[in-house]
Amino acid sequence: MFAYYFELGLRSLRRNPVLTALMVMAIGFGVAASMTTYAVFRAVSGNPLPDKSGQLFVPQIDNWGPQSRKTGGDLPESLSYTDAMALMHAHKAVRQTAIYPVGFTLVPVDPSSQPFAVNGYAAYADFFAMFDVPFQYGSGWQGVDDDNRANVVVISNELNQKIFAGANSVGRGIQLDGRDYRIAGVVADWDPRPRFYDVNNGSGFGDAPDVFMPLTRAIDLQTETLGNNNCYGTTGQAPGWDGWLHSECAWISLWVELPDANAVARYQSYLEAYAADQQHAGRFHWVPNIRLSNLMQWLDREHVVPKETTVSLVLALGFLLVCLVNTIGLLLAKFMRRASEIGVRRALGASRRQIYTQFLTEAAVVGVAGGLLGLLLTAFGVLGISLVFEPEIARLARLNVSLVGFTLLVSVAATVVAAFYPTWRAARVQPAWQLKSN
Amino acid sequence: MQIKPILAALRRHKAGTVLIALQIALTLAIVCNALFIIQQRLAHMSEPTGIDEANLLVISNQWAGHRSPQEVDAQIQADLAALRQLPSVRDASPSDGYPLTGGGWDNYVMLTPEQIEKTTDASVYMGDEHMLDTLGVKLIAGRNFNASEVMQMTSRQVVIPPVVIVTKALADHLFPDGSALGKPIYSMSSTPSTIIGIIERLQRQDVKTWSKPYAYESLLWPMREDTDGLYYIVRAKPGQLAAAMRAVPQALYAQNRMRIIDPKDGGNYAQIRERIYDSDRGMAILMGIISAVLLAITAAGIVGLTSFWVGQRRKQIGVRRALGARRGDILNYFLTENFLISVGGVMVGTVLAVGINLWMMARFEMARLSLAYVIDGVIILLLLGQLATLAPALRASRVSPVEATRST
Repeated sequence: MFAYYFELGLRSLRRNPVLTALMVMAIGFGVAASMTTYAVFRAVSGNPLPDKSGQLFVPQIDNWGPQSRKTGGDLPESLSYTDAMALMHAHKAVRQTAIYPVGFTLVPVDPSSQPFAVNGYAAYADFFAMFDVPFQYGSGWQGVDDDNRANVVVISNELNQKIFAGANSVGRGIQLDGRDYRIAGVVADWDPRPRFYDVNNGSGFGDAPDVFMPLTRAIDLQTETLGNNNCYGTTGQAPGWDGWLHSECAWISLWVELPDANAVARYQSYLEAYAADQQHAGRFHWVPNIRLSNLMQWLDREHVVPKETTVSLVLALGFLLVCLVNTIGLLLAKFMRRASEIGVRRALGASRRQIYTQFLTEAAVVGVAGGLLGLLLTAFGVLGISLVFEPEIARLARLNVSLVGFTLLVSVAATVVAAFYPTWRAARVQPAWQLKSN
Repeated sequence: MQIKPILAALRRHKAGTVLIALQIALTLAIVCNALFIIQQRLAHMSEPTGIDEANLLVISNQWAGHRSPQEVDAQIQADLAALRQLPSVRDASPSDGYPLTGGGWDNYVMLTPEQIEKTTDASVYMGDEHMLDTLGVKLIAGRNFNASEVMQMTSRQVVIPPVVIVTKALADHLFPDGSALGKPIYSMSSTPSTIIGIIERLQRQDVKTWSKPYAYESLLWPMREDTDGLYYIVRAKPGQLAAAMRAVPQALYAQNRMRIIDPKDGGNYAQIRERIYDSDRGMAILMGIISAVLLAITAAGIVGLTSFWVGQRRKQIGVRRALGARRGDILNYFLTENFLISVGGVMVGTVLAVGINLWMMARFEMARLSLAYVIDGVIILLLLGQLATLAPALRASRVSPVEATRST
């Protein structure tokens, strides 16, 4: 029966090619606009670490006081060195790591090639286990290396390709800014999008890091942060490196792993107690104000999804809505024009249900055709995405199997939903009326 | 033209009427906001920087290997001397950033040393006595820095220069009575800096939403940054930018190869503008495409439904023609019908447009939709409706009175 309805549908669509083309184009454009913007939105709003995102938390501490938020703003998005070190040493979470972005220069042994920049992060040994970092060779450094402030690094696969031609370089040396480091491990291709552990210093979609080193060592070498350094006032800030370390400038991110709700509650109360201690010690002159956000809450708080992306998606969905309203109107016109045909079929014994099936099938055919056109346009859209979105975001959007499937599904579902009202009207046609008026 | 019979007829086509009105309403709401976004982005992109963009070149220079601040400072001075001698170069200056860097250093500025709350937030430029000539900004009061005032800043040092040059926007914000010249200001320090010069205009290093209240508020410090890296701003002689773009990196590498020039940063101002306004331009393009296609689809929808109605009413039209209605009357009938539906649609659409704008203001820091865009949108949609109705209505007007006697 379905095959018969399908054929009827095709025949009916061929009868009014202009109207059919209009519907197919409306659906196609609507779906393509939505899918193209959705591809970008999906790429930037995804969960970068689905298995663990609920266990990773970012603490924030108000070390500037309510005065600093008088003209708007929120708690500092990073910690001061003082607070970051206090939380690291307290070791109240299962795992924890302080992080800040660093940059070095690497001078190749071959004198004919140019020096190049090597960027990455200073962190603690827990970093690799907390974030499930996969390794090509070797592993992360050990906790003891943090304590010993060891000259050890973990490098990216890409950097390993560049200087060791992809060979196992564990145990070999590498010179950064003229200092020697031992390679402990080579990270396999790993670049979570967004780069959740460093969204407060950039868009979260920049080039992947090349190197990781113990934060303790980076501090010893007075390695500047490549990220933001936010200071509120200069109270008590002594000049020089040590003055900066002990200032209230916020520039270090801290991540903690808390496996369950109990651990979260315990950490929360630890943070409150810590801030209260600082108040008693006279460092904070205000009521303790702390916050603990999990990974997805943190991404949301840091507005990782660019507002352009969301606005585009919203407007594209509005566009799809207009296309659907358009389709409802056209289908209504098309179905009602066949009132007499419906009357005859009903008089010959077709049930309302059969009328429903017939017309929804016809709509589904339009949906499939619209979906195919939409797919073609989406493919063009994804190709042209770099015209519309920033390159580092545009390159994340790809047409893959799931997007193709989703596009077809959306267009068929949307068309069938749009067809419900016209079909309902068609099924209510009174056979007697139609037969009489002829 | 009588409206009553039209309304009576519309009541018999409730669904179609509502659908067209709804489509017009949604289209208006989206197109108004899209046009507004386009205008906002284009306006943002055309804000002037106040500098001689056509002849400027920015080099992002990072030092390779490890050097002492003294070595770095000597190298910077040697680099600058070499750059200024190039035949295609007019002048060059070191800096910590350039207009439209995208981020950069900004400082709270206060009027007294005790003040805790900021008076304003200024973008901080560092440069030497060649900075003004290099940027091509106009000094409108006071004087330029002299060579002896240029200080060195190494990593994590808190150096506050005793003299500062500010933009007119910053001077006016700090001293609305126009008395800025010679006054001290405090930038996150209790050390005063005296304003010795005022320049006409210099855009901030960032042009983000948060800094809008402080637009064009920049200050210049006489300083060379002896840290891991810096920018060289180079002003080419008129028409020699291309030559300078080739000669400058060569000259720098000839001075010393142990440096990294970042190809993704700096460049000429065509490149810099393209980079910084990437998402704005993209938004404008996307909104333009969406608006155009949306209007086309709405027009097509109106054509489709009106054609259907005309087809349905051929007999009725024939009767009216037979009773003496002229072609013009029939044409008018359909145009008026569409006008009535469109008016209903644009009224709902106006409410929707404002609603969407309010939501975007709350959620995305968008500006308030100006009424002009709603009026433009309403006119566009009313015209579009009339044009889309024209073809089916003309066809209707050509229905022969004979149709009245046919039995279909």
